[in-house]
Amino acid sequence: MGTERTKIITHIATARSWLAANSRWVLILTLILALIFPFSVKTYILSLGIEVLIFAIFAMSLDLLLGYTGLPSLGHAAFFGLGAYILAYVSSNSELALGLTDNLLITLPIVILGTALSAVILGFLALRTSGVFFLMITLAFAQMLFSIAIRWSSVTGGSDGMTGVPRPTLGIGTWHLSFTDRADFYYLVLAFFCITWFLLRYIVRSPFGLALRGIHANEQRMRGLGYNTFRYKFTAFIVSGVIAGIAGMLLSQYFWHAVPHNLFWNMSGQALIMVVVGGPGTLTGPVIGATLMRLLPNFASTYTELSETLMGLVLILFVLLAPGGIFGIFHKKR
Amino acid sequence: MQADVRQMLKLCHVDTHYGPIQILRDVNIDINMGEITCLLGGNASGKSTTLRTIMGMVKPTSGTIEFDGERIDGLSIQQLVKRGISMVPENRRIFGRMTVRENLEMGSFLRSDRSGIREDMDRVFGLFPRLKERVGQLGGTMSGGEQQMLAMARALMSRPSLLLMDEPSMGLSPLFVQQTFDIIQEISRQGTTIFVVEQNANMALSIADRGYVLQTGEIVLDDTAANLRENKMMRQAYLGET
Ligand SMILES: Nc1ncnc2c1ncn2[C@@H]1O[C@H](COP(=O)(O)OP(=O)(O)OP(=O)(O)O)[C@@H](O)[C@H]1O
Ligand SMILES: [Mg+2]
Repeated sequence: MGTERTKIITHIATARSWLAANSRWVLILTLILALIFPFSVKTYILSLGIEVLIFAIFAMSLDLLLGYTGLPSLGHAAFFGLGAYILAYVSSNSELALGLTDNLLITLPIVILGTALSAVILGFLALRTSGVFFLMITLAFAQMLFSIAIRWSSVTGGSDGMTGVPRPTLGIGTWHLSFTDRADFYYLVLAFFCITWFLLRYIVRSPFGLALRGIHANEQRMRGLGYNTFRYKFTAFIVSGVIAGIAGMLLSQYFWHAVPHNLFWNMSGQALIMVVVGGPGTLTGPVIGATLMRLLPNFASTYTELSETLMGLVLILFVLLAPGGIFGIFHKKR
Repeated sequence: MQADVRQMLKLCHVDTHYGPIQILRDVNIDINMGEITCLLGGNASGKSTTLRTIMGMVKPTSGTIEFDGERIDGLSIQQLVKRGISMVPENRRIFGRMTVRENLEMGSFLRSDRSGIREDMDRVFGLFPRLKERVGQLGGTMSGGEQQMLAMARALMSRPSLLLMDEPSMGLSPLFVQQTFDIIQEISRQGTTIFVVEQNANMALSIADRGYVLQTGEIVLDDTAANLRENKMMRQAYLGET
């Protein structure tokens, strides 16, 4: 028993130092695998891959708040769902929607503006509170949007949501790209994933990101140094909301519809679990978490209430035993 | 006497309350540019409260505070730091889970250019060579004396013209106390005005130009450091003579 334990610890230590020494190669290899992925797998697996990437974007956006800034939002699905609904409203061909265009050059800025605006409003209110009040106000905001989506069916399509959402195109003048095909759409999502990854990496390594970590460590102390901590949290909140909105946009394009469930607290909870289980305060962590959370239900023979209970247990175990998440186990802390 | 002495910070009839309880009573303090001024006093006499009042962390209930001839009471900490006041808080309060380098970068948020930050960092490394050897070490793993140096270095990263320090010698061994005060003198020599709160009256008066003594929120003595060292009441109450 004792020797087994020592063995495992040694293995983990070896894996840690190997990963630390070869992180660049791991990154390049992952990217190559991601690029040839559509050629080498069945449609079903490709679908899962797309889902995983979309949810990874969503989880990374939450981690900017939760893991880096220490803001535990329980309502991140608000932005995810808003992104989905805004896109659907602008581009769906159902009679409820405007059906303007499927061109990303137009729809993406609208989604960004819309989610940024709602993040400004929610952030302005929620960031004046902290602790359990912050949890409550973010949760309430998302649930409010959820009930609007259900109730105001003449605009939102009610519980059926808004159908007829097209996959996007990209075009200027005569130059035109279509992402209708599943594999093409996969590359679009992969591109969004990479952009998000590098953007967030740039942010968290910048002085701004350092300040966010300082706020996480001790906000009072940061104020004492002269930081306007509200402004930092506010900016992070908006960036995070917009990225979550983009993930929601991609999901509605992928599934051809926006549904109220995108706004439900369960969606916020899933994102939280992805971050906490994967490794908060890192970018790889949420990606690992999103992968596990989207894949596990597919491999379990039946997805039942029981597996949700198991998920809850897993979450509790991680919070208690491995607060650094899966990534934290294999990543050596300085 | 000296005609070119310029006042940098001026507290005029300052009262400060915490809720209903009055802590500072009619406090008047003048800090001259380029000098080291110390504030002495026993536990709970209101020394930290004086610094917190200057720093805008608690608003004075009456009286005024002027910096460079302009009123600053009512300004936020951000605005004060921008104007050139920075504080090394009591008990150091560094970021334990961040490296020395990251702690220093925290102090330099007024500048966004990386080369400027690097310049500032080189400057403080000149004062604290010990920190330079340890840039990658986590703040929380450093010794108390090293943490004190890090806290001072961090405060200097915003290029203050006035540095406030709350009991820099607290909890340090005699050797580190000596080193800390040597560095304070060096910072002063490089042109930063210093206001230091201390219980170690001997040490503080040995480097200061002026001193104030606070007792239950009132200034009871106010003189040059040399005179205070000779003052009878001072010697009995604070310099360990009986
Ligand atoms: N936030 C607060 N609320 C209420 N009372 C406070 C607060 N902070 C300090 N006090 C009280 O104000 C008085 C002066 O405190 P202060 O910290 O200024 O003393 P000090 O001279 O710095 O003491 P020490 O040498 O122990 O650091 C103390 O009686 C303290 O209990
Ligand atoms: Mg004190």
